[in-house]
Amino acid sequence: MFCVALSCFPLLYLIFKGANQDLTANPIEYVSQFTGWWSLTFLIITLSITPARKIFNQPRLFPLRRTFGLVTFSYASLHMAMWAFVDQLLDVEAIFQDVTQRPFIYLGVGAYIGLTILALTSRWSIRRRIGERSWELLHRGIYVVSLLAASHFFILVKRDTTEPLLFCLVLLVLLGYRGVSKILSMTR
Amino acid sequence: MALRFSDPTVLPSDITPETVFNNRRRFISASFASSSLILLPNARADQVANKSKASLDFKESEFSTDEELTSKHDATTYNNFYEFGTDKEDPVKHAHLMKTQGWQLSVEGEVHKPKIFDLDALLQLAPLEERVYRLRCVEAWSMVIPWLGFPLSSLLKMVEPTGNAKFVEFLSLHDPEQMPGQYYNVLDWPYIEGLRIDEAMNPLTLLTLGMYGHRLPNQNGAPVRLVTPWKYGFKSAKSIVKIKLVEKQPVSSWNKASPNEYGFYSNVNPEVSHPRWSQRKERRIGEFFKRDTIMFNGYGEWVSELYRDMDLTKYF
Repeated sequence: MFCVALSCFPLLYLIFKGANQDLTANPIEYVSQFTGWWSLTFLIITLSITPARKIFNQPRLFPLRRTFGLVTFSYASLHMAMWAFVDQLLDVEAIFQDVTQRPFIYLGVGAYIGLTILALTSRWSIRRRIGERSWELLHRGIYVVSLLAASHFFILVKRDTTEPLLFCLVLLVLLGYRGVSKILSMTR
Repeated sequence: MALRFSDPTVLPSDITPETVFNNRRRFISASFASSSLILLPNARADQVANKSKASLDFKESEFSTDEELTSKHDATTYNNFYEFGTDKEDPVKHAHLMKTQGWQLSVEGEVHKPKIFDLDALLQLAPLEERVYRLRCVEAWSMVIPWLGFPLSSLLKMVEPTGNAKFVEFLSLHDPEQMPGQYYNVLDWPYIEGLRIDEAMNPLTLLTLGMYGHRLPNQNGAPVRLVTPWKYGFKSAKSIVKIKLVEKQPVSSWNKASPNEYGFYSNVNPEVSHPRWSQRKERRIGEFFKRDTIMFNGYGEWVSELYRDMDLTKYF
């Protein structure tokens, strides 16, 4: 619960800025960017739980995967809502055109659909119903989601690719860690 | 009977127009007033800078739109000026590092009379006009800004382009100490832009020295910049130090950085999308709903002639 409270801070910061009219001259753009950045950041935090648990030998950290996963989904939903409702004003034709023609958009939409599936199947009751193995396999989808999300960010940036590249680097480390430990456990 | 002394070497065209004469006196007295503000313990750099941007006299122009102006606050705090950083708030934060005193604009190349202008010379070159232009960024947002300047053609006529002058190249300041964003090669510095000679001579093309009734703030491209309202905003080069008349088409910075995304012409065109996003709509800063983008940013009446026989999808 403490983590959920902490996770609200960016949102509170955003609301605070909004109340002070401090959302730059282009608030819709700013809020979209802000929610997108924090979605990626919480995604990275989510992916850091397992390595952290192993390295610091703290099984207590496990439930935090779901917590931060859902926080990620929340911020991503805000980000999606900003685009679909506020930016595009549910102009179905324009949305359809964008989704089919703009790579950075269908990559983002793909990542969001993935997150939605994972969020909906995150409860223990669902996990028991579809079985441990299938559930584990399904939730490995987070790796695909993270790659889609990072590519989405990378493609949309005009010129200064520093931030997207940093995210990609961190993702590589986190995914690489899993890859390496898997290989090591197999060869043992 | 009063005696009059006439200096036969002074031409009528050398005489400073009265409005300009008054401007200079006002500028100098404003500079005095503002420099005394430095003595105040809490004088912030931007306040001092604002006070020394003396108000300018100008006449109105038939090319102005009567649309609602973007607020000066928005126009001076939401800028793309990568020389100061790539965030929209970076220019207003860091542009104070740029020194505009003693600025020189060199006009050279395929001209009979190359010349170096200082700011005073530019201010007296031609009567200042206020042009309220729409500015459409390639990122699909736009503003309405009251620029102050005179047609670039006035400047070019003075230096007498030769028959070889087919294009005009604009170079902006290159000094990382004044523009710390230039320590990063997000673009190849200095910033270079270019126009075809007929685009440069078009009456809309404005050599710009001010906005909102005052001299240009640093973050908006002080002290002298270009405005070409029918093209995407990055074509309107800022903080220009050199204008060169050339024979071959210049390679502009954004075109060099990403040739399939930023063409030489970059005319505002809702039919030609940027490879990664559509250009059909834009967000007017300050408005909630997006609006449709208009061909040539609504300036087709004055510029469509220039592109009559051109395939604008090919020459984007």
